[in-house]
Amino acid sequence: MLRLPEFQLLLPQSLSEALALLQADPEHSSILAGGTDLLPNMKRRQQTPARLISLRNVKELGQLTLSADEFCIGGSVRLRTIETHETLSTELRGLVQAVSQIATVHIRGTATIGGNLCLDTRCEYYNQSQPWRQSIGFCKKKDGDICWVATSSPRCLAVSSTDAAPALMALGAQVQFCSASGLREIPLSALYQNDGIHYLSKRPDELLTLIRIPRRAGQRSAYWKLRRRGSFDFPLLGVAVAVQRDEAGTVQHAQLALGAVSSRPILVEEVAALLIGQPLGDEQIRQAAEAAYPLAKPMDHADMSLSYRKAMVKSLVTSALREVRGDDVSQDRQRLMRVLG
Amino acid sequence: MKNRPLHIIGKARRRVDARAKVTGETRYADDLNFPRMLHCRLLRSPLPHAKIVSIDARRALALPGVHLVLTGADMPTTFGILPVSQDEHALCLDKVRFVGDPVAAVVAQTELLAEEALALIDVEYEPLQTISAPEEALSHPEPRIHDYGDSGNVHKAVALSFGSVEQGFAEADHVFEDTFHYAGNTHLPLETHAAVAALDPDGKLTLWSSTQTPHYVHRAVAKVLGQKPSRVRVISTPQGGGFGGKTDPFGHEIVICKAAMMLGRPVKICLSREEVFYCHRGRHPVLMKLRCGVKQDGTLTALHLQTLLDGGAYGSYGVASTFYTGALATVTYHLPNYQFEGCRVFTNKPPCGPKRGHGTVQPRFGQEVQLDKIADKLALDPAELRLRIVAQPGSLTANYLRVQSIGLADCIRSVVRRSDFSNKHRKLPYGKGVGIACSSYLSGAGMPIYYNDMPHSGVQLKLDRSGLVTAFCGVAEVGQGCDDVLCACVAEVLGVEVADVKVVTGDSDLSPVDLGSYSSRVTMMMGNAAIAAAERAREIVATAVADKLGVAADQLVFAQGRVFDAAAPEKGLSFREAVVLAEAAAGTIGTTGSYKPEKPAALFKGGGVGPSPAYSYTAAVVEVSVDPETGWLGIDKVFIAHDIGRALNPTLARGQVEGSVYMGLGEALMEEQAFRRLPPKLSSALVHRTPSILEYKSLTSLEMPEVDIELLEDPDPNGPFGGKEVGQGPLLPIMPAIANAIFDAVGVRIDEVPITPEKILKALAQKAAGKPGRIGPKDFPSVSYPAPLFVPTPWQGGDGRATNEVARPKDKRAKNV
Amino acid sequence: MKQPISLIVNGERYDTLCQPNLTLLEVLRENLQLTGTKHGCELGECGACAVLLDGEPVLSCLVLAMECAGQQITTVEGLARGAELHPLQAAFADHGAAQCGYCTPGILLTAKALLERNPCPSRSEVREALSGNLCRCTGYLQILDAVDAAAQVLREEQR
Repeated sequence: MLRLPEFQLLLPQSLSEALALLQADPEHSSILAGGTDLLPNMKRRQQTPARLISLRNVKELGQLTLSADEFCIGGSVRLRTIETHETLSTELRGLVQAVSQIATVHIRGTATIGGNLCLDTRCEYYNQSQPWRQSIGFCKKKDGDICWVATSSPRCLAVSSTDAAPALMALGAQVQFCSASGLREIPLSALYQNDGIHYLSKRPDELLTLIRIPRRAGQRSAYWKLRRRGSFDFPLLGVAVAVQRDEAGTVQHAQLALGAVSSRPILVEEVAALLIGQPLGDEQIRQAAEAAYPLAKPMDHADMSLSYRKAMVKSLVTSALREVRGDDVSQDRQRLMRVLG
Repeated sequence: MKNRPLHIIGKARRRVDARAKVTGETRYADDLNFPRMLHCRLLRSPLPHAKIVSIDARRALALPGVHLVLTGADMPTTFGILPVSQDEHALCLDKVRFVGDPVAAVVAQTELLAEEALALIDVEYEPLQTISAPEEALSHPEPRIHDYGDSGNVHKAVALSFGSVEQGFAEADHVFEDTFHYAGNTHLPLETHAAVAALDPDGKLTLWSSTQTPHYVHRAVAKVLGQKPSRVRVISTPQGGGFGGKTDPFGHEIVICKAAMMLGRPVKICLSREEVFYCHRGRHPVLMKLRCGVKQDGTLTALHLQTLLDGGAYGSYGVASTFYTGALATVTYHLPNYQFEGCRVFTNKPPCGPKRGHGTVQPRFGQEVQLDKIADKLALDPAELRLRIVAQPGSLTANYLRVQSIGLADCIRSVVRRSDFSNKHRKLPYGKGVGIACSSYLSGAGMPIYYNDMPHSGVQLKLDRSGLVTAFCGVAEVGQGCDDVLCACVAEVLGVEVADVKVVTGDSDLSPVDLGSYSSRVTMMMGNAAIAAAERAREIVATAVADKLGVAADQLVFAQGRVFDAAAPEKGLSFREAVVLAEAAAGTIGTTGSYKPEKPAALFKGGGVGPSPAYSYTAAVVEVSVDPETGWLGIDKVFIAHDIGRALNPTLARGQVEGSVYMGLGEALMEEQAFRRLPPKLSSALVHRTPSILEYKSLTSLEMPEVDIELLEDPDPNGPFGGKEVGQGPLLPIMPAIANAIFDAVGVRIDEVPITPEKILKALAQKAAGKPGRIGPKDFPSVSYPAPLFVPTPWQGGDGRATNEVARPKDKRAKNV
Repeated sequence: MKQPISLIVNGERYDTLCQPNLTLLEVLRENLQLTGTKHGCELGECGACAVLLDGEPVLSCLVLAMECAGQQITTVEGLARGAELHPLQAAFADHGAAQCGYCTPGILLTAKALLERNPCPSRSEVREALSGNLCRCTGYLQILDAVDAAAQVLREEQR
């Protein structure tokens, strides 16, 4: 069977201990926050950190709390906890829809929200064993110098494959980082960079500790995902929307995010801007879908043809907006995503 | 045994090995552990095609804990499943032929250490040009991937002509010409191949392996290692699925045997998931062209079928696969004239071989989709068209296949009735559709893989005073339930409970030869052998009981653990008491039974592929939903009817039907053994695109539709209790039924497999633009098929021989599988 | 460096030595010889190695053994009630839900977790709960039947 390389395992019991351990050698440490992404990558020798710092026993990071104006989700909260949380499933439906479609029930029982937000970018030339990568002469992301997705590309084109990030970005989430030198908080969208290798703005000595999501009365959110099967598969396209309307049905606040269309999830504010101040009518939805379409730039490094993945942007944006409008799209959801409800 | 009431056969029952499987006690190959056991890993080629210049293992050997490094030179003898394709080395000797070809082996104290030592083996290669596709293989006879075969990179080209297709086309009202492509896919058994080799206390080599064909592995190990077969013991461990992927002898099995012999210690190997994609032997990608002559009423006048198979880097079963792409076109519908041309080429990819439905799946897709087009053109209901042309039972086909029972018409009527097909076809709203397709499959290959006159399956029984019956047979339990079938056949004849029968299977030291779990042969052949052995035992016991009770032996009934007088059921004794009498009277009781199929009617070269003791038949209707906006395809329901002759254990039979439907759906919708050729200017690389179980897509429980099944039981005279195969046939109609249903739903033709939303959307866009709404191959390349062997059909007075064939030695016949 | 570790498997405490890089799968199968837990990819892509960790289904190939110290681990070996099969095991045996049997241990445990939180699942809910376990033999339908049958037995037991 595939086996992990050797490493030093550190099991801190508190956040301060974890930060101290990380501070000691950030460049050679990886955070084990669930490990369902990291460990397979290590088994394929895509990553071979000398030290693993497990957050399993750091209780502070496993808290999920809500106050009058926000939800606070600790970085180590398991996906399964989010998926089965009753308040979240009504108020942050888009997030719960996204999380409950990540991988499989088993993986969601181990994986954490922080881990999914920091998910390594993916590519069919990269998510392969060491011998396979050797047989193509490696690639830019690991041990090589060519991006085989587009051989003239100056940067790595590996694709952001987190489902949670677009959902949380549409919901206006902020993320907190802790390091030995202190705490900082940024909008989630600022965590990501459009580079398959340097896809996170997080410093190696920082831990993603908390996600803060504002509560907006009457806000509705949804997440639609394209993939071949109803489980296991990473997104080939993720569309997250959050819309708040006034009593007359006029859109007060809107946000859209696309996942799996570039090396980072993208907040498409120009599309959202089209909706604000308007009713959420068929025409507005059509315009939003048209506007989102050119922003998606899928590449040939994952399942399904890139033209199909791009073509589906319009369809998924439309479905997601119709869902937050209140249309019954459950049959479409069932057909496309094979999910219940 | 005729007309005895059945007590066990035909009743749904927990299989005999179920308890072990649900408690986790079944010991698969990787579950075996021995003291002092070492672990083996293989170094595989990073290049698709290259000469091996040198291998230097000194750095690996210097690593503490590394016990041995083997290379091709340690085992220079070739092997291969077919006598005509002995083209493999346990480890590559002088060249590598695909990325993943095994080059060296490390045996070390731990698996991790063995893996790490692989990186310390220095191999120098001299790259050769990469041959990546069949068209390339045809246009580049050089460099040759192998120095044998019909020519250049053509492994095998065959041509057979039965009757006259020209005359058939002349008689036709319409001639349809269609091309189809069927992409390659792989078995993906959940258990990866694993094996352990050890010397027993007497110094004899023992190999435990997850193999479907322990007998052929036995032969290959003995051959390559130069051992007397009697000094090699091969045990087939219960497998975690095979589907044809574990039917070849593999280099890794031979490697660990060699290592165990050299080191005197047990050696285990367990392949990674990625390596299983390199072992492959899966479905051949097949490009095919069908020309079919039809009369206005639907009567077929001729079929000319051409196939081009991408064989990958080795022979494997390829010669048989090639013949199989043409063998069974004749058994479903009456075809008066038939011409078949097939060609298999070598390419620098993992070797293709037999997967569920071996070689017949691809042309069946073409044939059934073409029939749908024919029905559409002739404005006939596609089910009605098929009913008009169903082949006749008890007949010889144009290519001399002897068909006994044919339940196809009943199968068609069954699925049409249950699905309400006639009221749905062409009548559902846009986006909804139904499609029908049919198929047939062998119940065991009529010929053995290597030519011999011995039984294909043998069963030995031991009965003793405890009342236990022990049945010995060399069959391999892939998961299909052969142990259960063996128990049930014996228990039925002897009138005991299945729990009173113990089976010892798949062990070359203990059990008589069975050729293996392939070609849906086990129930047919082992079943008949088991019945024969049990009937002999019954006779011995009956003789003793008859003496004791003063009743004629043929008046005795064996049922419910008793032996008694049919006329006076209270007059009798327990089976155990009966055996005590028999053992006292006749001495220690042991009987044997064996089975060999009847000789084929076909006497032409290549006629060994296709004959079978019986053919199963299947019809399926699939209901689909297609979203015209996205091309998204949903399978709403599958109706299937299978002519099984008799379902020996209906629970298992149903499982085989559902499993076949599932696997057919996977092939139809998503499974594909896809490759990446890097830009040739920058790289010669040709790699498996995604050798992982995540990216090689297979259905989950969410994609599997409900399946409505009817098993049609019209016992076949050749089958055990009338039974025919069920493990492969029900896969075949699924792919074409889906393609036909999509046409019914949205009016586009997807003439290739897999059928994806991308393709449907593209076809819909083409149709909307006024172009043909079809996705599929545009043309068929020019292939230099040989001049055909001309075989007059039975109705032309033929005798099964070709008129233009030179006499050939008996043992050079093409072998069947 | 091997370190001592105590695991609670099927209610029993096992003390063993293991390196930090060993997954729970490796320790179960190789250190403890509990080979009922299977493996099909070791990358979290098939579900064959599923076990229960404090009652929740997880993949033993993606959990480090050292991280499991002190938690309740349930494997297929811990399902039966003494010599008697658990109702799920009995139903799987009777309904043909185990063909080759290789995915069976992982599915049994995943189904057990489902029935403990939802004693009366719909067929769709069973499909969803088992959608992380690949089976190549059955086409899942007999598995769904078996879970349904076992759920009935378990509900009757609860009465």
